[in-house]
Amino acid sequence: MAGRRPAPAALLLLLLAASFAPISSAVRPVSDAHRSAAAELFAPSADGSFGDLESTYEAVRTFQILGLENYKSLSGKACKFAAENLASPGSTAKDLFHAVRISGALGCGVDAGVYDGVVATLKAVIKDTNSLLEFYYSVGGLLSIKEQGHNVVLSDAESTFHAIKALSQSDGRWRYDTNSAESSTFAAGIALEALAGIVSLADAEIDSSMMAVVKNDIMKLFDTIKSYDDGTFYFDEKHVDATEYKGPIMTSASVVRGVTSFAAVVSGKLNIPGEKILGLAKFFLGIGLPGSAKDCFNQIESLSFLENNRVFVPLILSLPSKVFSLTSKDQLKVEVTTVFGSASPSLKVNLVQVLGSDSKVITNENKELQYDLDNNVHYLDIAPLKIDVGKYSIVFEISLQEPEHETVYVTGGRNTESVIVTGLIKVNKAEIGISDNDAGTVESVQKLDLLKDTKVSLSANHLQKLRLSFQLTTPLGHTFKPHQVFLKLKHESKVEHLFVVPGSARQFKIVLDFLGLVEKFYYLSGRYDLELAVGDAAMENSFLRSLGHLDLDLPEAPEKAPRPPAQAVDPFSKFGPKAEIAHIFRAPEKRPPKELSLAFTGLTLLPFIGFLIGLMRLGVNLKNFPSLPGPAAFASLFHAGVGAVLLLYVLFWLKLDLFTTLKYLGFLVIFLVFVGHRTLSYLSSVSTKQKTA
Amino acid sequence: MPRATSDAKLLIQSLGKAYAATPTNLKIIDLYVVFAVATALIQVAYMGLVGSFPFNSFLSGVLSCIGTAVLAVCLRIQVNKDNKEFKDLPPERAFADFVLCNLVLHLVIMNFLG
Repeated sequence: MAGRRPAPAALLLLLLAASFAPISSAVRPVSDAHRSAAAELFAPSADGSFGDLESTYEAVRTFQILGLENYKSLSGKACKFAAENLASPGSTAKDLFHAVRISGALGCGVDAGVYDGVVATLKAVIKDTNSLLEFYYSVGGLLSIKEQGHNVVLSDAESTFHAIKALSQSDGRWRYDTNSAESSTFAAGIALEALAGIVSLADAEIDSSMMAVVKNDIMKLFDTIKSYDDGTFYFDEKHVDATEYKGPIMTSASVVRGVTSFAAVVSGKLNIPGEKILGLAKFFLGIGLPGSAKDCFNQIESLSFLENNRVFVPLILSLPSKVFSLTSKDQLKVEVTTVFGSASPSLKVNLVQVLGSDSKVITNENKELQYDLDNNVHYLDIAPLKIDVGKYSIVFEISLQEPEHETVYVTGGRNTESVIVTGLIKVNKAEIGISDNDAGTVESVQKLDLLKDTKVSLSANHLQKLRLSFQLTTPLGHTFKPHQVFLKLKHESKVEHLFVVPGSARQFKIVLDFLGLVEKFYYLSGRYDLELAVGDAAMENSFLRSLGHLDLDLPEAPEKAPRPPAQAVDPFSKFGPKAEIAHIFRAPEKRPPKELSLAFTGLTLLPFIGFLIGLMRLGVNLKNFPSLPGPAAFASLFHAGVGAVLLLYVLFWLKLDLFTTLKYLGFLVIFLVFVGHRTLSYLSSVSTKQKTA
Repeated sequence: MPRATSDAKLLIQSLGKAYAATPTNLKIIDLYVVFAVATALIQVAYMGLVGSFPFNSFLSGVLSCIGTAVLAVCLRIQVNKDNKEFKDLPPERAFADFVLCNLVLHLVIMNFLG
């Protein structure tokens, strides 16, 4: 019995955990959890490398953004790897692009002569190509070299700009090259990044009208943004079956990279709605801890671009904890930070509305949260709000205090967060008793203290009823209705019965009328243990109490009463291996011994031998066989034909199917009819000649 | 009873004498019929001994023998010169029919043999 105790308790915990789980996955800024996840995802292989150039760059860049120190020890190897590729004459623009950026991120010292060669190669690529990816790699490589302190100038910037712009589509998306018919959002992102790079590398100002056209393209691109109904925005390809499909994370990351880079070089502000920038930030934070190295790089790099961009810097409202206990008088704490968790400019956070679990408005009172400068936390005592235990949606409003910040930061105005308020539930007026069916008799009622295990001992027969009642009240004095209220009766033979205790406005009360339950109890008399389980996510003192026992006297089982089910010794054994299923095949027919069958096979040949002997006795001969060469040939062919047909039949029996047989038979029969007719008509003419002669 | 035995002996002897006058080609057919029926009987005896498990094989074996025996009887009727009914039918034509029917019969038998 003691062994069975943990099972319901574990179940209760599981249910509690499950009820917490959905709201714990909300948006939080980048934290140490991301750092350890990134360190795990980008773990170098045994020889200290990260794989190919692209993966190496992604690892190095992610570590750089997250400020992880552990890549420093590996930088020597990565620098050498990059330098090899930079010096190699066979490197493509893509290889050079990644190698240059690795050197830039790690600060590897690269000879100016090597870079001169790379610059020449990349410029040659720009001159010859019409592919967007080639432009992107070359321009990106040149820009990175320039950022590393070398003097790189793109002299024909204007024409390159036009060449890339020529690939754009009317809806703000881009094509990969002039021959391709498919346009892609991902391509739009890298095109914008390449254009931004050209502007930085140009020796002269790019025509401002061209810049305005690109700005307009960005507007149109943001019209194709997709959204979830919780304010999350993301980019994805229009046709997910396209050949170059990258998925929403890579596509969104590409656009964020392109748009923020372009916004950094263009004069004036891009006219993009702040909520979409905030929605993109929520999208990348909503990924949580990424599952793959690629996703991790795209998430972290995109967030680093959003952290400091010229369009809008998103400010994220998040709760350090979503569970507040009334017992320990928790404060409602709210953090407003950038995506990387750094402090926001001075702002006010107001609590404007609290909604119950059924979207009922609990309070509309507007309360300003106080600001704790040391911890960068806005807080509010929840006691004055008069909020009871339960699940709530809390609506916050953020307002920036400095008007000039309105053009730099985006807060999203109202933010809704769901929280759980927990507290101690008082259990009162618990009573258990046995009453007779006719109401006139006295009830034996015992008071219970449900805060500890009790040991009541009751006895009843099938004409009586068991009554159990209690009240649950919240800290604010309301009736509390937990998710789970169960009464369990467990017989000595481990047969269990579970009853849901129904709750009314005032109290929880269950009446078990044993007369109607005898069949359900399998007519099992004897001792039943009573247990009461009360549990809820918002109830801090959820319990599973043993109440005592009940001696039940039930009538003898009639003939056809159902048998109690067999109880498993271990409740977990039902998850164990099942008994093997034995397959029953049809029993083979009895066959005679082989010798007997062979003997009879021989026996069937006896009549044939008798037939041959009889033929000899009759003096049969082949004198009638035609002697002339022509008819003799036909006669032989006729016999051969009949033999062939019989042979075909044997083959049909052994391996051929009916259709093959009929096909061959058709040819054989035509042949046979022909030669048979010749032979027999010859024989016929001979015999008539003999007769007439 | 000795009279009855001698009567029977007489009867068989006269039957044997009368049969000796039968043309040889009819005797060949008779022999063939006896051969076929004897083979069928052996198969039936085998079936009685061990049971009829591959019943289709048993049936095709027996029916092959019986069928060809019946066809041989038909051939004998047509070839017999005493049967005026088939006077105009040359024996070669009857033999051709016999061969053709046997081929069809055994195609079916082989299909059924399993």
